[in-house]
Amino acid sequence: MKMCAFASRNTKEILRDRLNVIFGLGFPLIVLLLLTIIQSNVPQELFPLRKLTPGIAVFGLSFVSLFSATVISRDRSSSLMLRLYSSPMRPADYILGYTLPLLPMSIAQTLICFAAALALGLEWSVNILLSIAVLVPAMLLFIAVGLICGTLLNDKQVGGICGALLTNLTAWLSDTWFDVSLVGGAFEKIANALPFIHAVKAGRAAYNGEFSSIMPELWWVIVYAAVFMLLAAVIFKKKMKT
Amino acid sequence: MKAIETRKLSKSYGDICAVKELDLVVNEGELFALLGVNGAGKTTTIKMLSGLTEPTGGEFSVLGRSKMEDIKPLINVSPQETAIAPNLTVRENLEFICGIYGFDRAESKARAAAMLREFSMEEVARQKAKTLSGGWQRRLSIAMALISEPKLLFLDEPTLGLDVIARRELWHIIEGLKGRVTVILTTHYLEEAEALSDRLAVMAKGRLIAVGTASELMAKAGCDKFEDAFVALCGGGAAV
Repeated sequence: MKMCAFASRNTKEILRDRLNVIFGLGFPLIVLLLLTIIQSNVPQELFPLRKLTPGIAVFGLSFVSLFSATVISRDRSSSLMLRLYSSPMRPADYILGYTLPLLPMSIAQTLICFAAALALGLEWSVNILLSIAVLVPAMLLFIAVGLICGTLLNDKQVGGICGALLTNLTAWLSDTWFDVSLVGGAFEKIANALPFIHAVKAGRAAYNGEFSSIMPELWWVIVYAAVFMLLAAVIFKKKMKT
Repeated sequence: MKAIETRKLSKSYGDICAVKELDLVVNEGELFALLGVNGAGKTTTIKMLSGLTEPTGGEFSVLGRSKMEDIKPLINVSPQETAIAPNLTVRENLEFICGIYGFDRAESKARAAAMLREFSMEEVARQKAKTLSGGWQRRLSIAMALISEPKLLFLDEPTLGLDVIARRELWHIIEGLKGRVTVILTTHYLEEAEALSDRLAVMAKGRLIAVGTASELMAKAGCDKFEDAFVALCGGGAAV
């Protein structure tokens, strides 16, 4: 009950921040549109929608981190958090209350991304639903990153870390804009050590029906998501006491 | 029953002692003011008693309970700055607090409606909290602290930064709480403390300097005006 009330409040706070929502939903769609237009004007296969769409979906999820981090850091910087900390809510109520509203929002954002891709010419396949399901661990990962950033940073720092750094890391190291193997070396090793590229490859494998290729990529994302979710809970609980 | 009892309650941040061996008793139903200059330890005391920070020494009980999980359902806090959810409406803010105190939907709606009436906020019920004036936001903040029907309410600088009219309106609201709720009030406005409180405590440098009614404190300091008594007690620094 307490967690539901808190989750409901967080949903309203996020959805009523129109600038954040428009930017979070709109920017990935604009990128999708621009890259598709570029693709239509060049003879080589640079950004085919079957590869681009899961990549843009993961890129869009990086804005979910911005949503969650912004709400938490604003709560922390206002006296509202003092009021909440003196209430009977437990640490689990906070973590779930911040996390649960963002999951349906992440799914909706990914659905919108695939719907836009379909409108731009992506071939319909029931595997789109599987691809969205495969991206759920990535959604949880980005939510957890947001929880951590919101707990540790102020709202200006959140804008820089989640709004600029994380979105760029996601874009550059995810195999979406360019094939990271073409860069090679340390860049490729770093990309492969991070979860973004694996989330995108798992999403692509699901859409393309290459089912045996899903889990080897998805495990990376699942482990990262579990570790970051645990870290978020520990850091939040520790911060509560100070 | 005693609403609050502290025994040698202390809080240190490294070498800095914010509250030192505080022995304090507040009776149930009292409107009790904690006074002191900046850094006296008032807010730290409230933070310890409301579970926002852990004491580094001593112990305390609230309404006979000493575990925070038993205490929290019985208390509520109106922090120094306005503590509202900016993008929720006034009514939603009230229902939100009911929800986190465990009331079901129907009960939350009924309590919010009653609180809107009591605080004359019906005309702004659908307005987002961030669009309210400072006075109305503070009024909402106090209503949010009262909607859970706490047995003990902490009001930390409730009228800070408000104009005279808004302050007087809040005084009226706070006076209306007398006898219903035990209120711990911190304020820098001495006339406010004198007018509203049953008893007052003066803190300086983390220590309790004096406690009593306004007239008792004036008699103790040998002053005719409460402000002079406060200055004398703070400047004197002698233990109770």
